[in-house]
Amino acid sequence: MSDSAESPTETQKEETQPPPDDSATNDDKKKIDVLLKAVGDTPIMKTKKWTVDKGRTVQSLAQFITRFLKLDASEQLFIYVNQSFAPSPDQEVGVLFDCFGSDGKLVLHYCKSQAWG
Amino acid sequence: MADDKDVLRDVWFGRIPTCFTLNPDEVTEREAEPYYLLLPRVSYLPLVTDKVKKHFLKVMRTEDVEEMWFEHEGTPLKWHYPIGVLFDFHASNTVLPWSITVHFKNFPDVDLLHCPTNSMVEAHFMSSIKEADALKHKSQVVNDMQKKDHKQLWMGLQNDKFDQFWAMNRKLMEYPTEEGGFRYIPFRIYQTTNDRPFIQRLFRPVSTEGNPHTLFDLLKEMCPDALTKDGEEKRFQVVIHGIEPLLETPLQWLSEHLSHPDNFLHICIIPAPTD
Repeated sequence: MSDSAESPTETQKEETQPPPDDSATNDDKKKIDVLLKAVGDTPIMKTKKWTVDKGRTVQSLAQFITRFLKLDASEQLFIYVNQSFAPSPDQEVGVLFDCFGSDGKLVLHYCKSQAWG
Repeated sequence: MADDKDVLRDVWFGRIPTCFTLNPDEVTEREAEPYYLLLPRVSYLPLVTDKVKKHFLKVMRTEDVEEMWFEHEGTPLKWHYPIGVLFDFHASNTVLPWSITVHFKNFPDVDLLHCPTNSMVEAHFMSSIKEADALKHKSQVVNDMQKKDHKQLWMGLQNDKFDQFWAMNRKLMEYPTEEGGFRYIPFRIYQTTNDRPFIQRLFRPVSTEGNPHTLFDLLKEMCPDALTKDGEEKRFQVVIHGIEPLLETPLQWLSEHLSHPDNFLHICIIPAPTD
């Protein structure tokens, strides 16, 4: 489930230019927009908005963030939905988007320590 | 619905007779006897296999032992799925006892999550409950609970205490009468024909016209191929807790009575046995 971690396929987007509301950028429904937000003293990512494959797992996304921020790879990175629950590492982000996305994107919080129960 | 409480009990106390055998490639000092156990359907493998581990460690040297994992007919078993779901999905139409192979080396990282301690199971279980409540009540019920209430749900499951668990879980099953059900039904549909782990989407218990949605309505929307068309031979079984519920059963009722303790309704679509 982590095979794609070595070569992230995200296309970087300008944060100042969110996609238009008609979501024409996501014609190919295999991709979704994810907004990544840091919690507590975890470093922030300058680019917050990423386009990600629906089938990508939470674990592979966490590995990507860890590498992007050059964090210690042995440290666990916690990812939260709705600032309330940590989805299972093998959960697909597409499922989370379908159930918990809003305004055409999925907001995920990431943290080096357990932030919410 | 006093009688329906019996259903909760029947679901909770569902057991699967299981025979654990050691993977023949493991290095042992003497032959390992198989180990028989009744596994609770609603629990998780790491919570109920201490005795299995102890049994096989007796014939092994400590240096040959790595993290224990389980497999059925070549498929690694995910510890973070409820036991009943693993059985229904992988072994429904095989002979009992369920035959599980125990491994102590070559952990399949690609297929399984590591589970160093039972606190991993607790974290996973509580997260599932929170996810389910986000769908059912916008997280309001689970957020109103205190830490000790969350602990009560977990301890109830871990120690197989039906009353302890349900005294708290019933709060997660409440909804405003005028709405006729939860906001959305937390469900997961597992299909042998699908590469994805499961289907999970938003689905309301009541239609826009105000009619209760049934299991049939859900399947028609999520995986129409699983339904038998008129004049066609039945190709798939729709299994929840080892039974095939009537497709006209209201989804809200199923969610309240046939959900696992993690508050999700786990539905397995498996090929119908051919004689």
